[in-house]
Amino acid sequence: MKAGTNLEKVLTSGQFAVTAEAGPPKGTSARVVQQKAEILRPCCDAVNITDNQTAVVRMSSLAGCVLLKQQDVEPVMQMVTRDRNRIALQSDVLGAIVLGINNILCLTGDHQGFGNHPAAKGVFDMDSIQLIRVLKNMRDEKKFICGEDISGEVPLFIGAVENPFADPFEFRVNRLAKKIKAGADFIQTQAVYDLVRFTKWMEMVTDRGLDKQVHILAGVLPIKAAGMARYMRDSVPGISVPQSITSRLGGAKNTKEEGLKITLEIIEHIRTLPGVHGIHIMAVGWEEIIPDIVSKAGLLPRPVSGKVPE
Amino acid sequence: MISITQPKPFEEVLKSISRDQKIYLVGCGTCTTTQHTGGKAEVLAMKEKLETAGKKVTGWMVIPTACDPLTQQALALNAREIEAADSILAMPCSFGILTIALYTSKPVYPALDTMFIGKEQSPGNFTEDCIQCGGCVLGKTATICPITRCAKSLFNGPCGGSINGKCEVNPNTPCGWQQIIDRLTAQDRLDQLDEIEPLKDWSTSLSGGPRQIILES
Repeated sequence: MKAGTNLEKVLTSGQFAVTAEAGPPKGTSARVVQQKAEILRPCCDAVNITDNQTAVVRMSSLAGCVLLKQQDVEPVMQMVTRDRNRIALQSDVLGAIVLGINNILCLTGDHQGFGNHPAAKGVFDMDSIQLIRVLKNMRDEKKFICGEDISGEVPLFIGAVENPFADPFEFRVNRLAKKIKAGADFIQTQAVYDLVRFTKWMEMVTDRGLDKQVHILAGVLPIKAAGMARYMRDSVPGISVPQSITSRLGGAKNTKEEGLKITLEIIEHIRTLPGVHGIHIMAVGWEEIIPDIVSKAGLLPRPVSGKVPE
Repeated sequence: MISITQPKPFEEVLKSISRDQKIYLVGCGTCTTTQHTGGKAEVLAMKEKLETAGKKVTGWMVIPTACDPLTQQALALNAREIEAADSILAMPCSFGILTIALYTSKPVYPALDTMFIGKEQSPGNFTEDCIQCGGCVLGKTATICPITRCAKSLFNGPCGGSINGKCEVNPNTPCGWQQIIDRLTAQDRLDQLDEIEPLKDWSTSLSGGPRQIILES
């Protein structure tokens, strides 16, 4: 065990993992995070707290993770390199560990131009792959970037993301390989709608044996309205939404019901693909649907950690 | 290579010279002339705008190359008109402006924003291709700089927002990493990107403080 987190235990025992994402509030209410924790506790193995997602200022991921822990939900702290340099990032890793947060997901982050402070200075001292490597060295060598020793234990389970739907397509698997080489223990992908492309990508991943070196959790983002599907297709870079999904939602009487149906079909397909070790549900602003999804997908009871042999 | 400039909003210019009534105007015959931001025509247009706004223009000139030390002589030749002014409004790029400021005791205010050192890709199309960071990676990236050409200055490949060869931050901007990958693929050297690029030493850039080189004679 690298960190002994619940998520690590679930994944290393070969069980199909379920994680979800919770966005912290644009304010100081602990209740917002606590409510999400209550919804997600019975149906997830761990929950990501986003780090100023889409470059919009929110409560810090670290604080959100502490709130989750207080609610007995295992946190995954997301960490972007957009806003902090190597001094601040390493300092926050130490802070997370001392507060019992050991799953850290490394990202570069959305460009600040997309957020609510577009005039901000983007830091980008390093990229996500370099951050993964930094965390691995902190854990395995107990060294800071500068080479000085870290005192105390540094248990970390290191996550990263990959987008199989961005370009250049052929390089996306090389990039995944780089993340694994850098030290990623698990991968959460961009939301999957285009099953043809995702299947092709997973084939390329398994052909290279990469699924044996890292745990891949496929991203699932339930859609509740036709307009949302069109928006994601047209306005969110790196998300591919096939025509069949937009027309099904467009023609549906109850779009929420149809959206749930589509989500369950996607999960069912994903589970048949070799090399996929779990799903990561990103129900932006629709967290209350997650228990339903996990239940109807036949993935309960959760969390499964207690039943995992060491 | 050319210093790329854009006019500041006139309100901002007026605000910067708000305490001054008499203004001397300086343009530049090199970069800002070719870009139509600070040549003779723009200096004369500025003169008219200032006069309409109630300022008195004591004189004007277009220095051939304002960043050149000869600027000292140009200023001396027009000493009387400059002396009569409360301040100088300057329409060269920042390099010209700070050269002017070396040789006059008058306050100098910029009328332009200096943007970047531009390379002319096609007539009138100037792009930024180097931020002069002091740690060149062009040898690893098929002579396309990811620090400059990638909006997030990524070191290890494209982000998840590279779509159809374009950058998600601006759909008119080519994705620098797509260009790097295309060129390395054509050269059959894509495996150059397999290695994880170590963290960059930013101390050689402006992060390390203003840089200076003194050549030994």
